[in-house]
Amino acid sequence: MEILGSALDIILRVDVILALLIGSIGGVIIGAIPGVGPAIAIAILLPATFSLEPVVGLTLLLGIYGSAMFGGAIPAILMNTPGTPVNALTTYDGYPMTQRGEAPRALSLAYGASFVGGVISVVCLMAFAPFLAKIAPLFGSREIFLATILGMLLVVIAHRGRSLAAGALLFFGIFLESIGLEPVQYTKRYTFDQSWLASGVDLIVLVLGLFALSQAFVLLVGKDNPVKPPKLEGGLFRGLREVFRFPQIAVPGAGFGTVMGIIPGVGEFTAQFLSYTWAQKISPNPERIGKGASEGIIASEAANNAVPAAAMIPLLALGIPGEALTAMMLSVFYVHNIVPGPNLFRDQMDFVMALYLCLLILNFLALIFLMFATRPLLKVVSIPNRFLGMAILTLSFVGVYSLRNSMTDCVMAAAFGLLGLVLKRLDLPIVPIILGMVLGGIAESRFRTSLPRIDGVLDWINRPIAAGIFALIVLVLLIHIRALLKGRNAAAMKA
Amino acid sequence: MEHSETEAVRHTAHTYHKAEFIFALAAFAVALFLLSQSGSQVTWSSSKALVNQPGFWPVMAIVGMVIFGTGELFVSVRRFRHEAEGAIPTELFHWLRAIEYAAWFLIYVTIVPIVGYLPTTIVFCVLLTWRLGYRTRNQLLAGALTGLAVVVVFKSFLSVKIPGGQSYEYLPDGLRNFMILYF
Repeated sequence: MEILGSALDIILRVDVILALLIGSIGGVIIGAIPGVGPAIAIAILLPATFSLEPVVGLTLLLGIYGSAMFGGAIPAILMNTPGTPVNALTTYDGYPMTQRGEAPRALSLAYGASFVGGVISVVCLMAFAPFLAKIAPLFGSREIFLATILGMLLVVIAHRGRSLAAGALLFFGIFLESIGLEPVQYTKRYTFDQSWLASGVDLIVLVLGLFALSQAFVLLVGKDNPVKPPKLEGGLFRGLREVFRFPQIAVPGAGFGTVMGIIPGVGEFTAQFLSYTWAQKISPNPERIGKGASEGIIASEAANNAVPAAAMIPLLALGIPGEALTAMMLSVFYVHNIVPGPNLFRDQMDFVMALYLCLLILNFLALIFLMFATRPLLKVVSIPNRFLGMAILTLSFVGVYSLRNSMTDCVMAAAFGLLGLVLKRLDLPIVPIILGMVLGGIAESRFRTSLPRIDGVLDWINRPIAAGIFALIVLVLLIHIRALLKGRNAAAMKA
Repeated sequence: MEHSETEAVRHTAHTYHKAEFIFALAAFAVALFLLSQSGSQVTWSSSKALVNQPGFWPVMAIVGMVIFGTGELFVSVRRFRHEAEGAIPTELFHWLRAIEYAAWFLIYVTIVPIVGYLPTTIVFCVLLTWRLGYRTRNQLLAGALTGLAVVVVFKSFLSVKIPGGQSYEYLPDGLRNFMILYF
């Protein structure tokens, strides 16, 4: 209770409340514009938040992160185009409802389900926090090293059908992180005698290039896709009440989102898929799901909106980001000399709780905003793609140039932007590069810190948590190999 | 159950482009080149174990790139023959077209410190809007307003670190300070 009190003290300030308001509303708007998404917005805003206080900067970014999926449901339902990639499953049921003239109901179902998912997830995590505070200090260097290896493994495996490319790109990210002066003996690594490479590749330059500039290029070389959203007729409150008639779908959906969010590299897609499959299993009319059923929207939106809060767990408790957005947030912590990890939970529990409270409040803000502002938002949804590309290109400059006023950074970001464009057009994943760079850095430093205390290979796993993580690594590998063999046999049978 | 499996396929299905082979080949070549430089681009000490070498981590990453890159190359060749779609020249043309916009971006970056953030951004947005084919007065105005909004939000309100342009030096004293500080 005392912690909750001091957490409230942290957030009950004008600047924090303003950041939360701007972040939540901005996140909804950004999420509603297909082709933008929270990753790009966060990448662009990152350098701007460095001059703000940590809690203000993080609140702003958390607001965008946590509320973008609320907005992403709008084009998914009205135009069959997901605002953010994780709203893709919402199109299956949302768009057919729009075609039947039930768009307001579908939208309010999505808002309500997102709200339930978000709130349940945060409440679970707040309740779980004291337990985490006890567990987190048991993670030493070798446990964190093994956890990063598990995270990397999951990132590769999560990209089904693209695992080889994901692996190559993950190692590329690890390599990028190792360029420059190494931190122990200060010898040069892969600098090719170029002074601009001595300080290495900046994570933010990479993120801005791969997310923001690449998306600007994709939109600029693409074509406009003029889709006019339909007119909304009728109130938005009907579906909101309907969500509470399906607790057997909304609550497990939020549960899937919470659990999957904690696991690095898994995230919204798996959570949604499990939730959707669950809805199909327990629905009395499973054949309707995928053709415009309330249950489908609730399952999808409750799961995906439960993920952001949960994804903060590995970041805050262990300092290990599980996906690209939390990887970006890690740099905000570092800039302000706050080191996420076991000590943060032990020493600054009120700060952690304040971030959770912000995540809780943003769900209310996003819902209230959407209930009253959906109609004006439809104008934003239909901004032409190429015009958006121009805007993103202009905004990317702010992100890259304001870092160090360096032309070199801009050239590097443009080069990464071109690489990102190629990856996006080929449907190859970008996230492994970012996570490779972040996790690679953590893994190397933890690996080096552990080495003096390691005499043999078995010393890596001679502590219970380390042994447990190692067992998980082996288990994940075995499950993956089994799935690969099963897939190969199925393909052979089909042939 | 059958229905959920259909959803799974819809959810995870990928389309493979023939140009993936070009990318896989280039990535593999880069990885091999980096590996070939491991003798000169990192320091190797004879008195240290492999895991303690400063070059252990980057070389381990490059070996990973080579191993996974080989697999990706092999798979992309197989896909190229059997299931990939699309024409490689068309795709390469798209990649090259993006270079034009990268050039726009770099020219913009070069001009900002000389002319100043506000004027360059407004002109950049209007010109790019024109280049993209939005040429009505309202569309060009929207471009200019986008530029103005970006500068006001980031430089005037959020005070991001973008230096004033050299051209601001020619402005009268009071206005010069104001422009350097806010625009």
